[in-house]
Amino acid sequence: MSTFVEKLKAYRKPGYYDEFEYHWTMTIDLDRCTGCEACVVACQAENNLPIVGEKRYARNREIKWIRIERYWEGDYPDVKMGFIPMLCQQCDDAPCETACPVFATYHNQDGLNTQVYNRCIGTRTCAVYCPYEVRYFNWFTYTWDEPLEQQLNPDVSVREKGVMEKCTFCIQRIRIAKDNAKDDDRRRLRDGEVVPACVQSCPTEAMVFGDSNDAAAKVSKMMKNPRGYAVLEELNTTPSIVYLQKAHAEA
Amino acid sequence: MFDHGQPSYEDVNKDVLASMLETGPRYWMLLGTTVSVAGICFFMPWFYQLFVGVGAAGMNRNAVWGTYLSNFIFWIGLSHSGTLLSAVLHITNSHWRKSIYRSAEAMTLFSLMTAAMFVMVHVGRVWFVHWSFPIPNQMGLWPNFRSPLMFDVMAITTYLTASSIFIYMGSVPDFAAVRDASTGIRRRLYTIFCFGWRGTAREWHTLGWAYTFFAVFVIPLAVSVHSIVSWDFALSIVPGLHHTIFAPYFVCGAIYSGTAGIVTVMYCLRKFLHFEKYIGQVHLDNLGKLLIALSLIWSYINILELFSSWYGGSSFELEALKFRLTGFYAPLYWEMILFCAFVPLLMLFKKFRLSWNKMLVISILINIGMLTERFIIVATSQPRKFLPDAFGFYLPSWVEISITVGSFGMFATLFLIFIKWVPAISIYEVKETLKPLRRDA
Repeated sequence: MSTFVEKLKAYRKPGYYDEFEYHWTMTIDLDRCTGCEACVVACQAENNLPIVGEKRYARNREIKWIRIERYWEGDYPDVKMGFIPMLCQQCDDAPCETACPVFATYHNQDGLNTQVYNRCIGTRTCAVYCPYEVRYFNWFTYTWDEPLEQQLNPDVSVREKGVMEKCTFCIQRIRIAKDNAKDDDRRRLRDGEVVPACVQSCPTEAMVFGDSNDAAAKVSKMMKNPRGYAVLEELNTTPSIVYLQKAHAEA
Repeated sequence: MFDHGQPSYEDVNKDVLASMLETGPRYWMLLGTTVSVAGICFFMPWFYQLFVGVGAAGMNRNAVWGTYLSNFIFWIGLSHSGTLLSAVLHITNSHWRKSIYRSAEAMTLFSLMTAAMFVMVHVGRVWFVHWSFPIPNQMGLWPNFRSPLMFDVMAITTYLTASSIFIYMGSVPDFAAVRDASTGIRRRLYTIFCFGWRGTAREWHTLGWAYTFFAVFVIPLAVSVHSIVSWDFALSIVPGLHHTIFAPYFVCGAIYSGTAGIVTVMYCLRKFLHFEKYIGQVHLDNLGKLLIALSLIWSYINILELFSSWYGGSSFELEALKFRLTGFYAPLYWEMILFCAFVPLLMLFKKFRLSWNKMLVISILINIGMLTERFIIVATSQPRKFLPDAFGFYLPSWVEISITVGSFGMFATLFLIFIKWVPAISIYEVKETLKPLRRDA
């Protein structure tokens, strides 16, 4: 019986990998976040996110792989505002991955939850199953007016209508960094060698990105912070993003 | 069994075949109407949507599922009673089934097809929808067997195939009757359809055996189909959908709306094809009793669903419950409760059960209720999941409403074509219920 349970547990390893080659992880310090939305803009520029326009924005059809959620505490004169940057949590036990009938979303060897645009048929089940609502659907084929198409990032594909998309932790940068490391005859990336656009642009350095398999990495140290928590932890999605709680003066 | 005295064997053949062989202008007018409704309301908006993208519908970032999916569940549900009821009544030897089961099974077939169309309308890139089938390809890519949508594809295609074979097998002796009564090309066509049926004892024996085998085979299949459709929702962790009761809830609701659908179809057949002799009060009475039982089970499961949401005490579940009972769509919710839980109680009175007009109204109200039930499931839970900042709202657009209307036209078109190709009442089985005439002569 016990061997059966062990076998089952081995089989149920997230993403069918025994161990991730890298385990890309991010920490976001909410004490440092000012809600400036520089990350949102950086992401938009890096990942060829379409500008959907005023009308479609009003109908809730914007595409923002990272968004700043605002929460208010207290009643009017004595109000406090809090920010939570919300992006794909790259869950190790991602609810979206089991949902896709055609394997357009799967877990890769780096512990990333990837989305294959070419494979997606647009059932949108992954977006329903995602508790963080960070999956964005291309309701239309978006175009860039001249000369704006010149700003498109050549390393990232432009998506067509009917396809789901979401944050990739800037997988194109990870791939390039890995290639460069191979050219330099290095087997592994150095800590801080690759960062996503949002982390790079954060003026207060609220976000830290790295490989949590490497105990010496900055992100591994940040994760040990007692303020750390995962959003909607009780859903057992084991997210790869650790938020550092806002410290309260009275506590 | 028969309201207007027992017909003779000859009458049965003549009456039923007349519905196929004699076509008046009224039929063509009706067919023209349904074809244009399907074309204008269903296919034209769909082509528009294909051209611009799914954004033509009212769905948005928070509400990525909409009316298309709720209609899909509705049509799958409507398909449930035909084959299932026919099979259950066959193996329980209920003779009253014999004059209504053929059209009930046809309903199954055509509502399944309509439901399948809604999948096509729903997905973002319908031109790649075949990727959800396990077709061998050079990339070695296989569909994801952990996905409830994958189960869906399997269950629905199996059910569609089995139902088609079931209805065809039961029609073979009737195709032979059509062959014998017709001439020319139709005769040759039906010779092929009936596989050269001659009516020998051996053929009857084989048919009876095979038919019972299929009836037993189809019952678990029908139960599994709507259970699996419910898992599309229940296997998500969305509050308000993540309930273990969902599979029985959907199956019960499906049989419920399907049975009501049968009553509606029976009314139309009786009225327009003059089957008063064969579809009588005994059918109405029995279907009415069945509807009461189903409505009580349905109400019980609904109460249970609310109870478990409340008893679970999770703040997300409570929020979803509150929105469903008192939010924007609350009027629709209470309309559903009225139509599906209270109106059917009228059928406790024999006066209601035996009146065709009253039963027609009740059956239509039940199906309106069931249509809104599916809409509520899709529209109230999934746009409001966990993070309050990402709470959204869903309102169908004109494209979605038009396609919903058009789907009824499509269903009616298929049904109208069916009644001219297949005898809508099983000729040979109605004859089985007739008392032998010689004895009292």
